[in-house]
This record gives sequence, C-alpha cells and structure tokens, in this order.
Amino acid sequence: MKTSTKLWIGLIALVILSPLGLILPAKLGAGSAWGEWSADEIHKMAGCVPSGMSKISEIWKAPLPDYAFRGQEDSSLPALSFSYIVSGILGAAAVATLTILIGRVLARREHSDAP
Amino acid sequence: MHIPDGYLGPQTYVAAYAVAAPFWVIASRRINRTLRSRQVPMLALGAAFSFLIMMFNVPIPGGTTGHAVGAVLVAVLLGPWAACMAVSVALIVQAVLFGDGGITAIGANCLNMAVIMPFVGYGVYRLVSGRSEATSRRRWIGAAVGGYIGLNAAALATAIEFGIQPMLAHDAAGHALYAPYPLSVAVPVMAAEHLLIFGFVEAIVTGMVVAYLQRADASLLDRTPGKKVEA
Repeated sequence: MKTSTKLWIGLIALVILSPLGLILPAKLGAGSAWGEWSADEIHKMAGCVPSGMSKISEIWKAPLPDYAFRGQEDSSLPALSFSYIVSGILGAAAVATLTILIGRVLARREHSDAP
Repeated sequence: MHIPDGYLGPQTYVAAYAVAAPFWVIASRRINRTLRSRQVPMLALGAAFSFLIMMFNVPIPGGTTGHAVGAVLVAVLLGPWAACMAVSVALIVQAVLFGDGGITAIGANCLNMAVIMPFVGYGVYRLVSGRSEATSRRRWIGAAVGGYIGLNAAALATAIEFGIQPMLAHDAAGHALYAPYPLSVAVPVMAAEHLLIFGFVEAIVTGMVVAYLQRADASLLDRTPGKKVEA
C-alpha cells in the first residue's frame, strides 16, 4: 500500500478517535483551555465580563460552535461525540480541499505532471 | 491556544494581522517557486492532520486543556513556509466553521501557531538533525525537540498577547476592557502548562510520526537544503 494511502487511513482513524478529545477532559474535570473561556465562564471567574470583550465576542456566530450542532451545545457526551466526529469529517474535508485548491494554483508544475 | 474574539483589543488584533500578512504573501511565493505539484496532496494531508490533532484536547485533571498543533511536523516534511500555509488554512476553517479561535484573532492565532511555531520548531529540528541521513535517529529526535520548543514558543507569544491587554486598554477605574489577566499571570500559567505537559504531547506526536515515516518512506524526509524541494 502506498504510504500516502496509509496516512489518509491514519487521518480517518483520528476522526473516529477524536471524541477522546472531548470525553477525557469531561471525565477528568478539565475545563476550557487557559484564555479560551466563554463569556459565562469569565463572568463566574472575574465577577463581570470586561466591556470591550462582550462587544467583540459576539461578532461571529459559527455554524458548528465548538464542534457541536448549533443549539445542542449542552447535549449528553454521546450526542456531543457524534457531532464532534461529524465536525471532524467536515472540517478535515474543508481544510484538505482548500489546501489542494491553493496548492494547485501555487505549486510548480513538472514535466511528469503534464498530461 | 486559540485566542477567541473579545480577548484582544483592536490595536493588538489589527497589528497581528499586519504582522502575519507578509508571511502569507511570502509563503505563497515560496510555495509557488519550490513546491512541486505532486507534493500538494502531502500538503493537504498535513493541513488536515493539523486540523484533526488540534481536536484532541489533553486534560490537566481538574484544570485546563491543551493540544498538539502539528505545525513542526508539517515543517519537517514540507518546509516552514508550506507549514505556515497548511496550518493557517486549518486555523481559518476552525475559526469560521467552529468558532475555535476568533475571527478578529485569526491574524494573532496564525502568527502564533502558523508562523512562530513552524519556524522556531523547524530551526531547532535543523539544528539537532544537522546533515544526518533521512533514517538517522537524529531526525526524529530533532523533530520531537522542535515540536516541544515550537509549541512553547507559540504559547509564550499567545501569553504575551493576552498579558499586554490590561495595559493597553482599561477604563477610568482601571478595569481591563479585554483579556483581564496581566503578563505576570498569563505568562507563568501558559508557560508552565506547556513546558510541563502540552509540549511533551507535541514532542511525542511529532517524533512518533517522523519515526514512522522513516520506516515507511524515508524519502519523505529527504529535503536537504541543496535540493530545490524546499517550500
């Protein structure tokens, strides 16, 4: 099997395993990354949300916030794991497609690539 | 390490875009000049790998989480300019589709994880691996050390960007308008968790993939400076 085929299979394995990145922190009581708190968390920690922060933080509504379906961010772990995998597939596909498009436009053509 | 919207004031996030932009322009030119079209799938693989590995949040029990980025791995395989492009694409998709990292903070997040990290990490890799053979132990060790130092450099840059916010913008009463923690808090916390834990996660991921590739297809690691395959 070609190495690149094996590597793509490896990526699929990462997608399937990705909910570990959700489940382990939940089971071990780990919260957000440092400096990535939501407005609610900041409010709990600091007693208030800095005024400039509350203005800018609402600037963009992502279609799949935190790799979950919109409106279902507080679902059970199995449900969140499912949306995490779906997000992984969509995100990795978007990233790979964009990179291939950019690469196609930019990369140097070789004689061996000519039709 | 993904700075959300609202944590950086306009003067910081605009400046970060301004610093990151020339790297994107030069990366495009370098890729245009040196990346061969048959390397494009590998670039896409690297970008997708970076995207996915960042989903693996590693918990500090009862504390925070962190993750590997994969930027040094891509730099080892395709060069730091290609890594800059690949990781930038991953970060932009994360911000736009998943709200992981802010839209206003794309410049800062790319500066930290797609510029500082791959260039610092790649420099360390080259320093450690020297002119060793593609199958040499020095290659995977260099990649692992590069991953460790690269991630820590990115974390330090992120901590500084957070930490200068209270100085740059506060109201009459002295309350911060954006990220509320000063340098004296942000830098030690970010440095400690990345030096003690997440840096090793990055090192293990980077070193293991390089060690695997050495056995599977060592030619992938054969980008000596003389050969015009650098991107």
